[in-house]
Amino acid sequence: MEVAALTREEVQPRPEVVVHGLQERPRGWLEWLTTTDHKRIGLLYLFATFVFFIIGGVEALLMRLQLAQPNGTLFPGETYNALVTMHGTTMVFLFVVPVLAGFGNYMVPLMIGARDMAFPRLNALSFWLLLFGGIVFYVSLFFDPPQAGWTMYTPLSDDAFSSTGGVDAWILLIHLTGLSSLIGAINFVATIHNMRARGMSWGRMPLFVWAILIYSYLLIVALPSVAAAVTMLLTDRHFGTDFFDPTGGGDPLLWQHLFWFFGHPEVYIMVLPAFGMISEIIPVFARKPIFGYKAIAASTVAIAFLGLLVWAHHMFATPTSTVVLAFFMLSSFTIAVPTGVKIFNWIATLWKGQIVFKTAMMFATALPALFVIGGISGVLLAIFPVDWQLTDTYFVVAHLHYVLFGGSVFGIFAGLYYWFPKMSGRLLSEGLGKLSFWTMFVGFNMTFLVQHSAGLSGMPRRIYDYSEQLHVSGYNLVSTIGSFILGIGVLITVINVLVSVRSGRKAGNDPWRGNTLEWFVSSPPPENNFDVAPRVRSVEPMKDIRREVDRANRPAGSVAQPVASGT
Amino acid sequence: MLAGRKRRLALLALVAAYLLLLALAPTALGDAITPESGGGSKNATDIDTLYKITLYIAIVIFLIVEGTLIWSIVRYRARRGGPEPAQVRGNTPLEVGWTVGAALILVVLTVVTFLYLGGIKDPPASGPSGLQADTAQFASVDQPRPPKGSSRSLNLKVNGQQYVWRYDYPGQGSLFSYYEMVVPTNTTITLDINASDVIHSWWIPKLGGKADAVPGHTNHTWFKVTEPGLYRGQCAELCGAGHADMRAVVRAVPPDEFRAWETRQRNDIRAAQTALSEQRREREKRGEID
Repeated sequence: MEVAALTREEVQPRPEVVVHGLQERPRGWLEWLTTTDHKRIGLLYLFATFVFFIIGGVEALLMRLQLAQPNGTLFPGETYNALVTMHGTTMVFLFVVPVLAGFGNYMVPLMIGARDMAFPRLNALSFWLLLFGGIVFYVSLFFDPPQAGWTMYTPLSDDAFSSTGGVDAWILLIHLTGLSSLIGAINFVATIHNMRARGMSWGRMPLFVWAILIYSYLLIVALPSVAAAVTMLLTDRHFGTDFFDPTGGGDPLLWQHLFWFFGHPEVYIMVLPAFGMISEIIPVFARKPIFGYKAIAASTVAIAFLGLLVWAHHMFATPTSTVVLAFFMLSSFTIAVPTGVKIFNWIATLWKGQIVFKTAMMFATALPALFVIGGISGVLLAIFPVDWQLTDTYFVVAHLHYVLFGGSVFGIFAGLYYWFPKMSGRLLSEGLGKLSFWTMFVGFNMTFLVQHSAGLSGMPRRIYDYSEQLHVSGYNLVSTIGSFILGIGVLITVINVLVSVRSGRKAGNDPWRGNTLEWFVSSPPPENNFDVAPRVRSVEPMKDIRREVDRANRPAGSVAQPVASGT
Repeated sequence: MLAGRKRRLALLALVAAYLLLLALAPTALGDAITPESGGGSKNATDIDTLYKITLYIAIVIFLIVEGTLIWSIVRYRARRGGPEPAQVRGNTPLEVGWTVGAALILVVLTVVTFLYLGGIKDPPASGPSGLQADTAQFASVDQPRPPKGSSRSLNLKVNGQQYVWRYDYPGQGSLFSYYEMVVPTNTTITLDINASDVIHSWWIPKLGGKADAVPGHTNHTWFKVTEPGLYRGQCAELCGAGHADMRAVVRAVPPDEFRAWETRQRNDIRAAQTALSEQRREREKRGEID
């Protein structure tokens, strides 16, 4: 592909003073430690979270090794439970949520035509809190890691049954990463509300920015609940309170309500920005505008609102009255509608397009294909009598991985392949990218499709071994082999990134013919992003700019026909 | 050009094979996509049916969505010199249509669920060939919901402990067992479930759904077995290092055999208690304990 030629020089910005009293910046690693630039912080987020992703992935592979055959003897129950807990906690709190904050950090200011986030120093604080949260948690490996699952149900997580410090390390992790997310969310809200380029009304805001805005509001609403819950757990464990202890008049179900009031919105916190990413990527590569922009933005808001009303569907088997169960079944059903609307809109965007299958687009189209399976199993689980049979089995494990891996992680990989050229100035290898995609796609389905069947055959989740009588040995072996294929697929992308960051082809400003403003600036973007932010006249400002450049060039008979000329 | 067409044909064949596989899946892999839970007790069978009805509706939706998606991906790949696609931005009637359509499917699912709910939730009366209990022995004072139309049912207390299940039977004198629950066939068994340490979850797949055993709460479920036999299950809520070992089995036997087991078990327990108190008295006599 011809390198896009649209540079700042050609747009002829008005001269203006951008920086007063420039201070000399520290160099090398000190610069990374002290930076308040949203792009560098974004890169720090992405680097740190991908390291945690690899660690969490290795924990998953160790669990799959243990379960490859019945009566596995690789680990005792204690170690296996620690792996379960570390894997879940790492993936949720140290990978998916913060990696989305990383993409948001890097991209939101660029997409809305701003020079940085509203509060750059708070932004740096967000990242460092996250990193310290992760370190505090992983240090527990050296004494005694927590073993009560990432949901940390009481009384199992109480001092009587988990007397070592692992649970306390987990509590600190929740506080630190929670604070990090909360500060980050406030920063996003302030930035998106106040710093959009001239002309970017709510109806012209990129859908990824919409998703990050709603992600932020959800974090602000949901996080206090889990912060309160873990504080109560901490005082239960060490200061003699009995919030969750039935022997002192407390109630273990209170923990579940507080946890899931946060925990279910957390699912949408993890998946909505991924939806936002592919809502940017699909129209770019289908060469068509997004179908039903307003419906997609509105469905994001609707999912977030309804997502706050469904938490007890995680508790269908608890002693709870039928009226309550029925309410939570119906509220969970209603979420299927806006989610379905999104999927229909993406397919309608593809319909009659001219689809260019770059790796980013392959990951982006895999998302709806896989998420549909997670959505359908979700409806089955929402029917509470059916849930009585399926809950806490491998069916749920399969369901949540189709949502969080098939949904979020495939979206995150799409975002990585889509935005890597912008961040590094270099293209990722398409050959390695496609190899990685197919390996991951095959490995993922092998790992998790059969887990539905294992669950339906009666295999509970979080067990460190199973007997042959259960007739799930075949499913588990396939799943284990699949998980290693999936791991190889992820590894190929890691190699791709490491190789391309040094020797990939130069990307130019706008390698994909993007629609949004981040493609207006150079790759990687200059420190101040925009000397002059362009005025936004539609939901696809870059299309307008390309058209304008075309028009300016044509009468002059100039040779420059920069980006609109296609591939 | 030819290579391109061949490749496209191969791709289409692959997609067709994939779709065929998906279409055949329900019949060929019926075992893999439906629960192996029906047949033991009516509530489990009803859950099974409800699951299957939903699954069949879901398969239709799944095929439509994946079919359209794969069709779009294959059919609308960019071709050299292909025309610039029409810049369609939406279609309100279409969008309203699929929103309402999706909502209607959920209304159907709601109605079906409530139709089956009674059969799953409410315990029926015991069958005529069930345990003919003298009510004095089997009525439990604090039994929550007597089965419709009859008070003949056996109420057991199920208690989860790290990592074993304990069952207490009603009646005079203590009768209890661990791990294996012996029940009479054709008799409605109602369970009052709690836990004495952490949360556990009672689950015998063929005999109905899970009921969490939460300390400080009592949960309820029921089953009624027609076929004698062994029904296996295990704890379904992470309860500690031995979670995977916390298994349970329900042994359903004809009422006569149940009576026999009951007498034997009561006598055994009484004998053990007597032996224990004798031992204590003897050791006291020898001055070994105060």
